Amino acid sequence: MRGLSSALNLPDPDGFYAELVRLYDGLDRDAAEAVSARLILLLCNHIGDRAVLREAFALARGAGLAKE
Amino acid sequence: MTQPPISAASYPPVIVVGAGPVGLTMTLDLAFRGLRDVILLDEGDGPAVGSRAICWSRRSLEILSRLGLGRQLVERGFTWQTGRVFQGDEELFRFDLQPDPGYGHPAFINLSQHEFEAALIDRLAAVGHPGVAWRHRVTGLTQTADHVSLTVETPDGPRIFRAAWVVAADGPRSMLRRLLGLGCIGRIFDERFLIADVRTSVDLGRERRFWFHPPFHPGDSALMHRQPGNIFRIDFQLGVDADPAAERKPERIMPRLERVLGDRTRFELIWASVYIFQCSRLERFVHERVIFAGDSAHQVSPFGARGGNSGIHDADNLAWKLALVIEGKAGPALLESYSAERVAACDENILHSARATDFMSPKPGMATVLRDAVLDLARTQPFARALINSGRLSVPAVLDGSPLNGADDPDAPRSARLGAACPDAPVRGEDGRPGWLLDRLGRGFVGLYIPPASGVPAEVAKAAARWRHLSPPIALLAVEEADDVAGLVRSRYGMAPGSFVLIRPDQHIAARFRSFDAAAVEAALARALGGKADAEEAACVA
Repeated sequence: MRGLSSALNLPDPDGFYAELVRLYDGLDRDAAEAVSARLILLLCNHIGDRAVLREAFALARGAGLAKE
Repeated sequence: MTQPPISAASYPPVIVVGAGPVGLTMTLDLAFRGLRDVILLDEGDGPAVGSRAICWSRRSLEILSRLGLGRQLVERGFTWQTGRVFQGDEELFRFDLQPDPGYGHPAFINLSQHEFEAALIDRLAAVGHPGVAWRHRVTGLTQTADHVSLTVETPDGPRIFRAAWVVAADGPRSMLRRLLGLGCIGRIFDERFLIADVRTSVDLGRERRFWFHPPFHPGDSALMHRQPGNIFRIDFQLGVDADPAAERKPERIMPRLERVLGDRTRFELIWASVYIFQCSRLERFVHERVIFAGDSAHQVSPFGARGGNSGIHDADNLAWKLALVIEGKAGPALLESYSAERVAACDENILHSARATDFMSPKPGMATVLRDAVLDLARTQPFARALINSGRLSVPAVLDGSPLNGADDPDAPRSARLGAACPDAPVRGEDGRPGWLLDRLGRGFVGLYIPPASGVPAEVAKAAARWRHLSPPIALLAVEEADDVAGLVRSRYGMAPGSFVLIRPDQHIAARFRSFDAAAVEAALARALGGKADAEEAACVA
């Protein structure tokens, strides 16, 4: 069973994205990083499944490197 | 005032100011509704120079087909339906704007605004309109309870033009807007763009192509569209610091093009412009007897082809209403509904257009970090592709919540819900030949009906006979199951034998009924004419 979903799971993706970007409005770099860290922790706890999270960690780390 | 009031009938009914795509569509639509002598003024001396607007959507083509020239435009234009999105050299994904068959028109054609306008001008002449009064520049405006006076600079000196109504289709720098002291509310974006049309033998494909970080234009984005005659439109994002005067010079433009097309023996620069844009609109579009349509009423970014197309949709929404008001068959509430419906449509266009711009040119900081993360993940993660916004292309607004909307059928498919523009479908015509549903709907109110296998019941035939004499009439269009050759009328409209859809003259859905009810249809007609009270009264009778 594959854990992490790569298919779109967000209703109104453009609206979601605009809301996410708005979250950081007016924050300097340090404040933005703190918001990101809190957000990651909240979402990780919500997901709960360690295998899924581990998969997401690997993907997030690897995405910026050479393509598969 | 000692003089008795002059009746509106003593003035010409309409002056349209601005002979661009919107003013021409408006004038043509009014001509088909019996107003053949609409005065059409324009300060220029002929159709637009250069390409300017080029992407015309299926909905716009459907509207122009109703005016007798959609298919002609398709023949002249370059048809496309696929978009490709690149990051650098790498293709991230493709999208198809019309994956399902069974439409009478393509998703999009590309055709220069010059050719588009020229085709409409020819069409106006063909229907007996006297033509555009070129080099007529409006310099003054006054309006009273029953008419508008325009002071106009003409080649023969200043003249006064009067009419009961004025349609201001005079573009983004609208003089009429200024004369009424009206401002637009919204956002101005400071990103500059270079737009260039080139003729070339280099094969750059058929699709809309969009690059983030293009290999030929590092750091920013680029967009390319193909036009007829091996002409390509290339749009370069230049950033906020670009100097427009310098960027307009051929010595700056040519090297940019060479990086796309190779050396300059392989292409010819036809037209170029440097622009910024805004996403803004008037608070409302109807100002007593002056009605704004197109860019005079609202402006958007070019990403998504929502400028020219939304202006055509404005004209489509306004023409039938204005004609009915002039004929005395509807009251001013119908014109107010133009403002309500098109302001809502405009806000939808502005939302999509502003979001696309924010994605393409994110602010520094997290907005840029997130945008680049989306591009990065999109290589392997389908969900991230859905977040990439290179422009959400123009689709007709669904007039949700319009005061003209009548009875609803909650089980209707979203694509044909109350307020939606009618989807097309192949149907066999009365002559037995293949044809299209939208061609059969015509220009007035229509009752689309699927009769039971036993044929049109007497009750329906009797109502239809009475409806022919209403003012305005409703024409019954009964599509038998056998003539719904691909079953798409039933599936796209969610109809079954016995169900009925009331369609407005602009081919938007006004009311839906699971089963036939003549009185309820007549109440919906009254409501679709802006007469809410009448509709309620009729509903009580029912």
